[in-house]
Amino acid sequence: MIGRHFSTLRVTAVLLAMAFLLAACPAAAPTGGESMAADEEMAEEEAMEEESKVLTILYWQAASLPGPYLSGGTKDQDAGAITLEPLANYDPNGTIVPRLAVEIPTIENGGVSEDLMTITWTLKEGLLWSDGSDVTSEDVVFTWEYCSHEETGCTASEAFLGIESVEAMDDRTIKITFDSPTPYPYNAFVGANTPIISSAQFANCVGSAAQTCNEENTAPLGTGPYRIIDFKVNDVAVYERNPHYHGEAAYFDTVIFKGGGDAASAARAVLETGEADYAWNLQVEPDILRDMEAAGLGTVISAFAGYVERVLVNQTNPHSDLGDDRSEYMEGDNPHPFLTFPPIPQAMSMAIDRTLISEQLYGFAGQPTCNVIPAPLHYVSESNDGCLTQDIDGANALLDENGVLDTDGDGIREYNGIPLKISYQTSTNSVRQKTQALLRQWWLQIGIETELINHDASVFFGGDPNSPDTYQKFYTDLQMYTTGPTIDPQQHLSNWICEQIPMRDNSWGGGNIFRGCNSEFDALFEQLTQTPVGPEREALVKQLNDINVQSFYQIPLVYRGEVSAQLDTLKGVWINGWDSQMWNVGDWHR
Amino acid sequence: MGQYLVRRLLTIIPTLIAISFVIFAVLDLAPGDPTSALPETIRPEVRQQIRKAMGLDEPFPVKYGLWMRQFFVNEPLSLIEKAFGIQIGDGEKRLRVTSWGSRGVPVMDMILERVPQTLWVVGLAYLVAIVIAVPIGVVSAIRQYSIFDQVGTFISLIGYSIPTFFTGLLMILLFSVKLKWFPMIYDTNLQVVDWHSFVEQLRQSAMPVAVLGFFQAAILARFTRSSMLDNIPMDYVRTATAKGFRERYVVIRHILRNSLIPVVTLIALGIPAIFSGAIITEQIFRVNGLGALLIGAIQLNDIPLVQTVTFIFACLIVAFNLIADVIYGILDPRIRYT
Repeated sequence: MIGRHFSTLRVTAVLLAMAFLLAACPAAAPTGGESMAADEEMAEEEAMEEESKVLTILYWQAASLPGPYLSGGTKDQDAGAITLEPLANYDPNGTIVPRLAVEIPTIENGGVSEDLMTITWTLKEGLLWSDGSDVTSEDVVFTWEYCSHEETGCTASEAFLGIESVEAMDDRTIKITFDSPTPYPYNAFVGANTPIISSAQFANCVGSAAQTCNEENTAPLGTGPYRIIDFKVNDVAVYERNPHYHGEAAYFDTVIFKGGGDAASAARAVLETGEADYAWNLQVEPDILRDMEAAGLGTVISAFAGYVERVLVNQTNPHSDLGDDRSEYMEGDNPHPFLTFPPIPQAMSMAIDRTLISEQLYGFAGQPTCNVIPAPLHYVSESNDGCLTQDIDGANALLDENGVLDTDGDGIREYNGIPLKISYQTSTNSVRQKTQALLRQWWLQIGIETELINHDASVFFGGDPNSPDTYQKFYTDLQMYTTGPTIDPQQHLSNWICEQIPMRDNSWGGGNIFRGCNSEFDALFEQLTQTPVGPEREALVKQLNDINVQSFYQIPLVYRGEVSAQLDTLKGVWINGWDSQMWNVGDWHR
Repeated sequence: MGQYLVRRLLTIIPTLIAISFVIFAVLDLAPGDPTSALPETIRPEVRQQIRKAMGLDEPFPVKYGLWMRQFFVNEPLSLIEKAFGIQIGDGEKRLRVTSWGSRGVPVMDMILERVPQTLWVVGLAYLVAIVIAVPIGVVSAIRQYSIFDQVGTFISLIGYSIPTFFTGLLMILLFSVKLKWFPMIYDTNLQVVDWHSFVEQLRQSAMPVAVLGFFQAAILARFTRSSMLDNIPMDYVRTATAKGFRERYVVIRHILRNSLIPVVTLIALGIPAIFSGAIITEQIFRVNGLGALLIGAIQLNDIPLVQTVTFIFACLIVAFNLIADVIYGILDPRIRYT
């Protein structure tokens, strides 16, 4: 009896001891942080006591690393953009603005060579890294070497394609030489996906050694308004004001870049409780966001880049009777039986109420559009804007005029005896299925019957050559998804030339998914690849957009953006779709 | 007992090796590509380079051998170095298990970074649950079918049938949005240095601890109650009552002590679950503990991290099974191990 009594006591004692250990934990163990120097820690705490100015930014996808080179997510790029800077940024209108560079090199100021083979950048004078050391052109050269080294496994290496060499002409001058004439030379070192990193810091991290550089990867030196002082992987990053910043000193003492949770609660933390100042990428039903915004603490803001939700119109015959020849271009010998007759897709486009779709289904994240190149502004054509108004009567009249009539009285029109029955596929996603349902209803009003199909996104976009349900195979009459150009549309437009048509022979590898071949388009595109940035290039892009839209290869629906939220007390935010949303964080203040 | 312990400890070694092999093999064979989370604009050639840089191209035995060495030799050495601030051999060149999602960051450092908040939040919830559940279970059993028992049963039923993501959201809407008592974002950088920061720590832990504690308490209270009910009709209880002991004495000294034997075992077996965190609750309140770490790693196909975390959980489960057996022996003199 006594022995048992003691045993129970012992167990109770152990449990109690554990309780104390647990309770003491946060106090005793300073969270195993990496390399935060003790004095910095002290300074941070003292600052906190004085009610310091803290900026809290919520990213519901937490950052894995602060920087775009080893981890390709927007969250990582944005965590980096608070401290790392490129030579130039894109502003929200898509204009290039200098950052570390003195000015933007052009042909006019001699920065870009006449033959479009080189571009020469000049760094601002007196630039310093956040540890006080000098920034030189060697750092820029090193950044290129670091990212283009095969064994680094650099996630941004795309931006350095076509570069033959990057040379330091002197301490502040960098010359980039391309391997072929490059009319748009601003892919490298412009925008948050290619910032400059310190050659002194990363010297031993090139190639396969990049995988072992723990301290460098989690605490890169920067040139930006803030510098990183603590980084907890997939959790939180803490920054302080960078005393060596080349611009005006930043307003906040501390920036906290917190990750985790979900989009709806991030929105709530800004709009309803005001705990955070800024929340990124709020993929939340528009009605819920409007309700939260009504609390009056903050504002929902949207950023638009080039993404357009569009319906692709198959120019080839996808009928299942054709077997392996379904949706094969076959040098134009397998045209679609009725969708290649322009009045039919034109009427389908006229019947759509794009404003309704974008307001009801996309909310803050959408605007109606009639173009496949929706931005930047100087590339946007205005000749298709008529599509913004729904015109079902006009669509019916158009079909009647062109002899596409309902001859057998079943409510469905026929073209050359073939009833207008179409299949329409997209990925499984509630917004997309609602869009499908709306379009089907409008098309029924003009005598076209639609069968709706959806595939799981991982299958539809998965690209498995053995699956019949991928967007590349396109075994339906219509399909819908989003793509969009980067800041310069050439790369995007290059997908739509004739030789890019996906087919068996190239394992469905091309980007001309709608399988439309237009010699005029190809000729104008060829011209585009040799035309430098300027009004002539802008006119060409508009023409290319118009050919695509007016041939009804694609029916644009909604110009899609990203939605964030900010507290009303936070000033200076200028949300950016073309660059990091953190691109001007140095200007944020209260 | 001593012999028994030694034997059990020795069998742990092959068990853990077998577990490590199974975990490694299953994850290695599972489909999934760590580069699939990267933006679609990245070309296949670049993806291949990234995979190569991560070491995915190596054959399976090489990868397994390397991981074993890193985990059982290099990691403990690094931990010792860090703990005592000493240098053993050439620490710089020693390869550690590094994450694929956050390239270059040792997996062990990521885990250690998350242990404090998980232990604090989930462990505290567990303690709160025990402190609440045991008395409720005892009173419910003694006053079976009383109002207290009925209400207690009703509340525990609610407790374990409502999922934590719902109670969590409810608490946020009530206490953060409407009343503004507690913050909805858990600050993992908060250092408890004085009274003020301690209060802050309590405030930010209140909601996640309450959500988890409610759920745990509901289960434990039901368990205590039924264990008590098993013991109440026993002969030794009748004897003690016949001897004229006060009810309070009989309940605490006789019934409760015997009823707690299975409960304590249950609690001990539940401790590894504290370390594995509470995936959903951590997610809701942004506690970003071990549960969130694991789920994030799975989503990103960060295999080294998943392997290591899962294996550590396996070790904890094996260890606490042993501890539960030992405690069982200590508590119940009828059980003797040889």
